[in-house]
Amino acid sequence: MAAIYRREVKSFLNSMTGYLFIAFILVVTGIYFTAYHLRGGYPLFSYTLEAIVVIFLIAVPVLTMRILAEERRQKTDQLLLTSPVSISGIVIGKYLALVTVLLIPTLVMAVYPLVLTQFGSVSLPESYTALAGLFLLACSFLAIGLYLSSTTENQVIAAVLTFLVLFVCYIMNGIANFFPETASASFYALAAAAAAAAFLLYYMTAHLMIAAAGFLLAEGALTALFFLRPSVYEGLIQKILGIFAITDRFSEFTNGIFDLSGVIYYLSIIVFCLFLTVQSIQKRRWS
Amino acid sequence: MIEVEHLTKRYGNHLAVDDLSFTVGEGQIYGFLGPNGAGKSTTMNIMTGYIAPTSGEVRISGHNILDEPEAARKSIGYLPEIPPLYPDMTVKEYLVFAAGLKKIPRRDTQSMIAELMETTGITDMQNRLIRNLSKGYRQRTGLAQALLGYPPVIILDEPMVGLDPRQIIEIRDLIRGLGRKHTVILSSHILSEISAVCDHIMIISHGKLVASDTPENLPLLMAGTNTLQLTVRTKEQTLRSILNGQDKILSYTLEPSAENGAWDAVIRTETQTDLREALFFDCAKQNAAILNMQLSKMSLEDIFLELTGDEETQTEEGGDDNGSNLPQRS
Repeated sequence: MAAIYRREVKSFLNSMTGYLFIAFILVVTGIYFTAYHLRGGYPLFSYTLEAIVVIFLIAVPVLTMRILAEERRQKTDQLLLTSPVSISGIVIGKYLALVTVLLIPTLVMAVYPLVLTQFGSVSLPESYTALAGLFLLACSFLAIGLYLSSTTENQVIAAVLTFLVLFVCYIMNGIANFFPETASASFYALAAAAAAAAFLLYYMTAHLMIAAAGFLLAEGALTALFFLRPSVYEGLIQKILGIFAITDRFSEFTNGIFDLSGVIYYLSIIVFCLFLTVQSIQKRRWS
Repeated sequence: MIEVEHLTKRYGNHLAVDDLSFTVGEGQIYGFLGPNGAGKSTTMNIMTGYIAPTSGEVRISGHNILDEPEAARKSIGYLPEIPPLYPDMTVKEYLVFAAGLKKIPRRDTQSMIAELMETTGITDMQNRLIRNLSKGYRQRTGLAQALLGYPPVIILDEPMVGLDPRQIIEIRDLIRGLGRKHTVILSSHILSEISAVCDHIMIISHGKLVASDTPENLPLLMAGTNTLQLTVRTKEQTLRSILNGQDKILSYTLEPSAENGAWDAVIRTETQTDLREALFFDCAKQNAAILNMQLSKMSLEDIFLELTGDEETQTEEGGDDNGSNLPQRS
């Protein structure tokens, strides 16, 4: 794990990718910082941080796209997977390397609030809470990118997929608001989702009976619930989609609240994505 | 040392490895021989734990490769078909990285790497980026990686590819030297490479083990036949009557020779029989001049060709030899 970590960090800092990532984030942060705080005289650093979330949607895929996809294309995964290192060790080593590269611009950003204190009173705890929130948010982005990089051997596909997934998460709140909050809307959406899941089950297992039984069971349960307790469905679709609205949790941090549930939320996303990555590598060995 | 039991690997409908079982003892050099697409690389990829078998079991030094992967892999050094090199690293950086992966104690790393670079002849290249190396040097770097830590089991997939003739001899000597203390398995589709270094040859065809014995014993294994090639200047009728008169001939074919007025015969007999003298006197009696007579025993080459001979499916299997060319979905 340590060997993989060292190699990855070195590889990022020996090539353009790492510097491109760091420079891109710092340049955009600098622009917003100058505009909002130095010129605008606004004291809350979280304003800048909120503005640069969009930048991570582009910067993260650039950093994560090659991390596992390239191993597969170059067949260097044969070295990793046949050496006495566990798959989770490989995945964690790689992930920590990504986080280390992210840490560099984050540490530079940590200087900015100190600069602001030269010009007036600035709440440092509030600023650093927001920065910690941004760091967690970006860490969960990195975990998503790592997972998607493990699903393909093409860097470009990995980057585009990561961008799309992050973008959909970014606008998830808007998507959720498309749906009416009535119980029937949620019911229809869930019924359609159950049908899609059953079809997927059939596609993957090729067992018509199992898929059909699952389909009937799920639809039956949903329908029964709809007639017995329709109140459960009210706003349910918004709640479900809200789980995927990764960037929304960040707003608590920008308000200066160190939201523990937000921390747990981000950590679970990271753990879940790392778990998926391990599974995706495992699965490929068995196919 | 290595026990392989009923190994089967299936890619969709294609059977890449079909119920393969064998045991490799300590301190021996085993050779996998087979045409392209026979399942050599797939077998090796399964033995090293890179891919999982559909069914069957592999144990390395008593450790099952699936149940105790780390313990089993610790005793394996593996050079895959395509050396797993990072183009953005120098040779030395790469070997230090591989030593870290193999958990070689840090104080031994430097001396071991220096030693291995010397043995594989890449000391002069140590500060070059792997990206800029030629095929032969890449192969040697991969070989040095496989030997790191001198694991008890060394598995080499086509180790001689891309090496120049002198390097082949050097590597061959190196492998022979390794075989004294280590168990070495190497694969090749070239017979002379295998028979030069291996104590034991396993011939694989269509994922099946078709023969397994020492290079000396393999010819005996074949319920073999000798062939006698004969060119005689005479009439077809005369030659036929001569040949029909010999009851030890199993079968023969006759066709007009390139030489004017002569006939070529290809005669098959049992391994023990030698009809050369009898045929000479028979032909002399009939005034038929023998222009050429040659007895050919079955060579390893012939055995290889005969055992792996049914070509009809070989072309379509070509790509499946390499385990990493897996289909995306199963």
